[in-house]
Amino acid sequence: MEFFTMCMLAAGFGMAIGAFGTGIGQGLAVSRAVEGVSRNPGASGKIMTIMLIGLAMIESLAIYVLVVCLIILFANPYAKVAEEALKLVVK
Amino acid sequence: MIHPLIFLDFFRKLLEPLHIGDAAVYAIAYTWLIIIALLIVSLLATRAIREVPKGLQNFMEIIVDGIENMITESMGEKGRPFFPLIATLALFILVSNLIGLIPGFFPPTANINTTAACAVVVFVATHVVGVRNHGFHYVHHFMGPIIWLAPLMFFIEVIGHLSRVLSLTLRLFGNMQGHELVLMIFFTLGAKYYLPLAPLPMMLMGILVSFIQAFVFMLLAMIYIQGSLEEAH
Repeated sequence: MEFFTMCMLAAGFGMAIGAFGTGIGQGLAVSRAVEGVSRNPGASGKIMTIMLIGLAMIESLAIYVLVVCLIILFANPYAKVAEEALKLVVK
Repeated sequence: MIHPLIFLDFFRKLLEPLHIGDAAVYAIAYTWLIIIALLIVSLLATRAIREVPKGLQNFMEIIVDGIENMITESMGEKGRPFFPLIATLALFILVSNLIGLIPGFFPPTANINTTAACAVVVFVATHVVGVRNHGFHYVHHFMGPIIWLAPLMFFIEVIGHLSRVLSLTLRLFGNMQGHELVLMIFFTLGAKYYLPLAPLPMMLMGILVSFIQAFVFMLLAMIYIQGSLEEAH
């Protein structure tokens, strides 16, 4: 496999797995928040603020994955080293 | 989407001796543009203050009042002295997020240096507030509830405080940079397949993201400062 293909696969699957877990987490948080608001509509303002903080915390996990994927795609520090190593292995 | 406007060339020449990369030059140039724009708007709004506000003064009063209400809601009356810091951060981040929606402008928050600067300001502010309010007893914030667990808790707390800076930086940067990248990809795809309105849904999404990220940054700054105002457990 070429180094470029590996990078693409890593970035794509990494983002997919990251989005999977984050999606489940945010879905759970929002479902509980909606339940809370429907039980007690008076507290909707406070629940909304707390939910947004929680969502931001969960979302930052996906953002970390995104940053790592961007590093893999655009600013890979080992690109040259890895390509040379791959050439040696292929020989 | 970056567009080489005329004043950017001037900035590139001005910052050339410092050996700054192109992307950072754009971020610096647009940061200064936003600073100047915010200064002019606030000067215009407060030039002739009236008892019954009108026009621009009315608009700015609603924004400032909204931020103040949020601070008193989540920090109480103790949070009022931190209004200038938090409101400045919120306004700057909101405007610099929203400026990316204008074609040809680059949001400075899509550069990691700008967001890191904002996060470091919040980090320093929390500890300055903590030392000022508690003096030497601020150490108890890092010691945990049980004294013989203190050596363990100290390192965990330090790592926790450092990761706050990292998460504040990367959240804002990742959101804005991701939004910029998506816009760029949609623009190129739209140009290729003759769909000029392809990036429009993403730009609508961008408005939402800009407001939510500015709000979240402000909220987290308030919570961190509130945390160091409180007595240690």
